[in-house]
Amino acid sequence: MPYNCIVLAKQVPDTKNITGQAMKDDGTVNRAALPAIFNPEDLNALEMALEIRDRFGGKVTVITMGPPAACELLRESLYLGADDVVLLTDRRFAAADTLATSYALSCAIRKAGKFDIILGGRQAIDGDTAQVGPQSAEKLGLNQVTYVEKVRDIRDGKIEIERTIDGGSEVVRAPLPLLLTVTGTANEPRPFRTKRLLQYRSFTCAAEIMGKVRKQIEAEGKTPTDPDIAARAKPLIDAATAEGRLLKVWDADAIAAEADKIGGRGSPTKVKKIESIVLKGSDLAWIEPNEEGVKALVKELVEEHIIG
Amino acid sequence: MSNFFTENADMQFHFKNLDLREIVRLKEGESFAESKEYPYAPRSCEDAVDGYRRTLELVGRISGDIIAPRAPAVDEEGAQYHEGTVTYAKGTQEALKALSGADLMGFTLPRRYGGLNLPTIAYCAAIEMVSRADAALMTIFGLQDIAETINSFGSEEQKARYLPKFSSGEVTGAMVLTEPDAGSDLQAVRLKAYQDEKGVWRLNGVKRFITNGCGDVLLVLARSEEGTKDGRGLSMFLCEKGPKVYIRRIEDKMGIHGSPTCEMHFRDAECELVGQRRRGLTKYVMALMNGARIGIASQGQGIAEAAYRDALAYAIEREQFGKAIVDMAQVADLLVEMKVAVETGRTLLYETAKVVDLQQGYEALAETVQRDDPRAKEIKEKAARYRKEAGILTPMSKYYCCEMALKVTNAAIQVLGGSGFMRDYNLERYYRDARITTIYEGTSELQVVAMLAGLHGESLDPWFTERSARKYEGEVALLAALAGQSQQRLKDALAFVKKEGNNEYTELVGKKLCDIALSAVIGHLLLNEATLSPHKRIIAEKFIRDAAIRSAANYSAITSGNDLVLREYKNILSADVPTA
Repeated sequence: MPYNCIVLAKQVPDTKNITGQAMKDDGTVNRAALPAIFNPEDLNALEMALEIRDRFGGKVTVITMGPPAACELLRESLYLGADDVVLLTDRRFAAADTLATSYALSCAIRKAGKFDIILGGRQAIDGDTAQVGPQSAEKLGLNQVTYVEKVRDIRDGKIEIERTIDGGSEVVRAPLPLLLTVTGTANEPRPFRTKRLLQYRSFTCAAEIMGKVRKQIEAEGKTPTDPDIAARAKPLIDAATAEGRLLKVWDADAIAAEADKIGGRGSPTKVKKIESIVLKGSDLAWIEPNEEGVKALVKELVEEHIIG
Repeated sequence: MSNFFTENADMQFHFKNLDLREIVRLKEGESFAESKEYPYAPRSCEDAVDGYRRTLELVGRISGDIIAPRAPAVDEEGAQYHEGTVTYAKGTQEALKALSGADLMGFTLPRRYGGLNLPTIAYCAAIEMVSRADAALMTIFGLQDIAETINSFGSEEQKARYLPKFSSGEVTGAMVLTEPDAGSDLQAVRLKAYQDEKGVWRLNGVKRFITNGCGDVLLVLARSEEGTKDGRGLSMFLCEKGPKVYIRRIEDKMGIHGSPTCEMHFRDAECELVGQRRRGLTKYVMALMNGARIGIASQGQGIAEAAYRDALAYAIEREQFGKAIVDMAQVADLLVEMKVAVETGRTLLYETAKVVDLQQGYEALAETVQRDDPRAKEIKEKAARYRKEAGILTPMSKYYCCEMALKVTNAAIQVLGGSGFMRDYNLERYYRDARITTIYEGTSELQVVAMLAGLHGESLDPWFTERSARKYEGEVALLAALAGQSQQRLKDALAFVKKEGNNEYTELVGKKLCDIALSAVIGHLLLNEATLSPHKRIIAEKFIRDAAIRSAANYSAITSGNDLVLREYKNILSADVPTA
């Protein structure tokens, strides 16, 4: 029996390859200096959805919320085999915390239509909150299973799942529909399919085209104005429209989101202070090379919350 | 995380500067008609070239992230044999799954059979990267020539039956040529093909040293004409794996452990004829071989790249006598030699691949062009010219890139010293894997024979004429003069051996002649590159200056007429001849 999956994915700065300019003076992430990538665990979630489709049939839809540049994530989803992709983009979504993000995503999921399983990565490598998946489930009134390692089976409206817990794993069975958050060890994401890569590489959206045109004008040493951008972008947008190369884009109105629940306005999280912490070694400790010495060291490390 | 394409500056240089427009037009036609039928087909030249790049980026990523990390375990585990059944190592299976899942197993096949319709030059670059990751895997990934041979010579029905399965990765193939008494000399093939009472072709006999003989679709060279002794009695057959094709054993080899080398026993196995009778060796195997040879050249290229990179990384890290060993003259020299070898190999390989693409493109056009078409004459001339050039450049690449891989992997171990000798590092694997490349798909010695035939046939003359006419400025002009010298020496040396008229002597000095020819060809190619980048100018200078000295020495040796080996080899060796 086929199952429809929706994957929630996020484009994030590549925090694994940090360079000197990774952080701005105010301590926030300098997104411009880091390459934007598919959040790794969201890729595991997409792989799990594709595996479910390979095994049982159905459809995989990927939804991402972000700036127009997040089109790249959607293209990659198509290369990997997603059937449908949606970009949620709107200036009004900007500066959203997890609450506002999960609200917007839940509105988009409602609009996307019938689904059986929603999947997302356990957490994103930029915020590391692990909250957006669970909060989305709450907003949709869905069951959720977090830290999913493996889908064992789906049968009679129920899904059997292995999830990671402290010191081991547990097997749970839950009724559909539900939301899963997937760990990075769940699977090894498949490579792109060349034919899909060749087919979808030129898919885009109007906002992405305009962003590129703006950069192009800047690169020519001129100041981009809105009419200039619009004029240059128009033939490109027209061509993409005529050739059917436009990605699906939804703004706040399209998903019927309430204005005060999205973006900065809908975000109760306020950053009070950002502190830059540099860890430095200052002292040497001599550990006796015997059982007691090692035990004392482990105890100290646990108490200091360094391990354990 | 490593991408063998985007993070390889030299490959980037080539794919930025190669002019592939003519090849694209030959592959896709002037109107890009297939874009209406296949959503992944390109709409324009620019689109097609971008598609080549994107595909190679993907191959680079799969090679770096999926294939390379598995290669040491594949080497350790090897392909396994148990009671007639061959099993690939776990890492080989996983890598093949990734490659077929990525649509990469029908690289050059037409789209109507599920392929990507990519040119040879892209295929060579892909093989190079896969081989850099795992040379053994190349023997399966690089066996796409089998499908290509069915595409060229099989019937429509055979193509429709098998090619989509090759493209999807559902089947792999093998070219089943070698026998215990027919190695380099394939005319001696004995495996018998006969028609039973129902007229069905059957195969009977033994084949040996068959790479991936456990594959599903076998192209078998067999003697279909009873009583014949030479190549004209051989035909090509298509045979599916089955109970009547028994794998007797797999070889225990020095290298490419992940690639099963099979001894096969055909027990009246049912098969079907490919193309025409008696054309098996003379036409089909020759075509298959040329494709396979450029594939092996790419394999050598990839292994050399891997070895050079590991050696460089080590030489930068490793300190002795208070400094990094890369800063010691002898080590620096080794590394520079390796780098020049790797880059010149690639230059020759890509030029060859380009010419092969032009040859195939114009040959295909020549078959369909109407006689009264005003372009007909030009198309036919181009097909003939590129066929000749491909005929000599292919053995040149196979010879140069594979001999180069031996030298580079050897030098790389030297850079690592004791560590290079240890199995903790990949260097000894590269060395073992590289060793087969100068042997299979025609030994280096056979490549020399093919090159000599081409040189005597003046196959490269139009190529040289066109290259020599180019004008260069400044320092490059000085290098051009040196490259011209090698070309002149080649001409003179050829004239000398021709005048001598002794075939044995020509063969004796064959490698020296070929080395001069290679110096001249690569020299000309580098001149062009030198105008494009400062780095390439230095590479060109290093290669062309060294080559000029080598060419002078080779020229002296050839024209000395010293045939001592021919006269005395029996005397020299006689004392050690084993007595029965």
